[in-house]
Amino acid sequence: MNYLKAFTKGLIKENPVLVMLLGTCPTLAVTTLAINGLGMGLATTFVLVCSNVVISLLKRVIPKEVRLPSFIVIIAGFVTFVSFMLQSYLPDLYNALGVFLSLITVNCIILGRAEMFASKNNVAASALDGLGMGLGFTFALLCIGIIREILGSGSIFGFSLGGWFEPIGFFVTPAGGFFVFGVVIAVVNIFSNYKMSSKKFGCQNCPNSAACQADSKKEAHES
Amino acid sequence: MKKLIVSPSPHLLSGNSTSNIMFDMIVALFPALLVGIYVFGPRALIVTCVCVATCMLSEFLIRKLMRRSNTISDFSAIVTGILLAFNLPPQIPLWVAVIGSVFAIVVVKQLFGGIGQNFANPAIAARIFLVVSFGTYMTSWTEPFAYRYGLDATASATPLTDLANTKTLDLLLGNTSGCIGEISALALLIGGIYLVIRRVINPLVPFTFIGTVFVFTWVLGEDPVKQILAGGLMLGAIFMATDYSTTPATLKGKIIFAFGCGVITTLIRVFGSYPEGVSFAILLMNLITPLIDRITATKPVGTGGTNRV
Repeated sequence: MNYLKAFTKGLIKENPVLVMLLGTCPTLAVTTLAINGLGMGLATTFVLVCSNVVISLLKRVIPKEVRLPSFIVIIAGFVTFVSFMLQSYLPDLYNALGVFLSLITVNCIILGRAEMFASKNNVAASALDGLGMGLGFTFALLCIGIIREILGSGSIFGFSLGGWFEPIGFFVTPAGGFFVFGVVIAVVNIFSNYKMSSKKFGCQNCPNSAACQADSKKEAHES
Repeated sequence: MKKLIVSPSPHLLSGNSTSNIMFDMIVALFPALLVGIYVFGPRALIVTCVCVATCMLSEFLIRKLMRRSNTISDFSAIVTGILLAFNLPPQIPLWVAVIGSVFAIVVVKQLFGGIGQNFANPAIAARIFLVVSFGTYMTSWTEPFAYRYGLDATASATPLTDLANTKTLDLLLGNTSGCIGEISALALLIGGIYLVIRRVINPLVPFTFIGTVFVFTWVLGEDPVKQILAGGLMLGAIFMATDYSTTPATLKGKIIFAFGCGVITTLIRVFGSYPEGVSFAILLMNLITPLIDRITATKPVGTGGTNRV
């Protein structure tokens, strides 16, 4: 696995939120303010890198039958750590993220990367994969957060745009979150290489194809 | 000798076209528009013109931008503009009306494929977008004929929030506060009768919608006559619950649709926190229209009734 590719693929091409549509719940829930989106993204990135490294180190130790519970325990450990750190040093962000901070544990991006990548690759590649995916997640949350904060609250990172702009309350509501989410996905689809043309549509064009097809090959080999 | 013409079906044409139907809609909306202008003054006309102009301009520009054939000549954008204006209070800031019109045409109508493809009524969805976004502007009402005494927007309750002190005759003729197009039940009924005569709408839909609200508000101990005359019920039942692309195709489906609208309207009016529920009811029923279409699909003869669409 090319190390550069392991890092960059998560940013846009296989962006976990905007292309693979994972982690939709935190994406919609915390992005009413840009700073919350950024905080959520960075917290998740930290957990993702750490859990990827540890799972990659332990990939030969963990029995295949109980791998998912083991992954969850490792992830939950790092989430607890992040949660305590934020509560101690950034209590405002901690309060703003609320229950969604603990819910990083069940964020399918993290478990997905553990299952698809970290349990099959070496430590350095797993760390880079986690970093790339985490930053892609942060990028998506930041984009959606900035758009929703400007339109819905008339401010950007908490700085008011001035009285001339009348906030449009719709963008703070969950419906507005879905709306901005959809528009950002559409824009990313225009600018990324991933296009749903009939020629390219198929298994090999899926963003998960590398891992997925390697899996099925291995299973076919084993059986 | 006469030439023999070979053509594919359909062979019987009704002569109806989208532009004919939309033109009938505009004619039918005229009485209510005149009452609105008479009661609320030139401001009502300005809001309507701004909505219509913005709708047409956004329809033209978005079709150009998407490199699609232009559908501006079918008048549907004009109807959307008038219907949206009818759902706004007369003193609404004009930029709010512009945002609503752009949202109706660009987001609700054209992003889903344009006329015939939209899943929700553009005017209804835009109204709800504005209610959620600009609650203060959307609930600042004007007393009728305030413009004659030089008064500005005086915040008065709508008939629905103060039904006991509103006269039935005022609700019928439009001598009341409210949105531009919803005040006079009589003018809306005249438009509705015109549409029925022109066979643009099926009278059973507004009849079921209004009848359901009548019965259920009566059962729940409200004044049913005032309930069906006040608020946006006539406007919604006659002009919006009969929209072709966002309501079920079969008659059975249309009746289910109208009944659902009536029930939701009553529930919101009587138990909900918003005074008026017509637009929410129509939007919610718009969303389940594909499901209603599915369960009421006509079965082809000879398939034994087990045919699934």
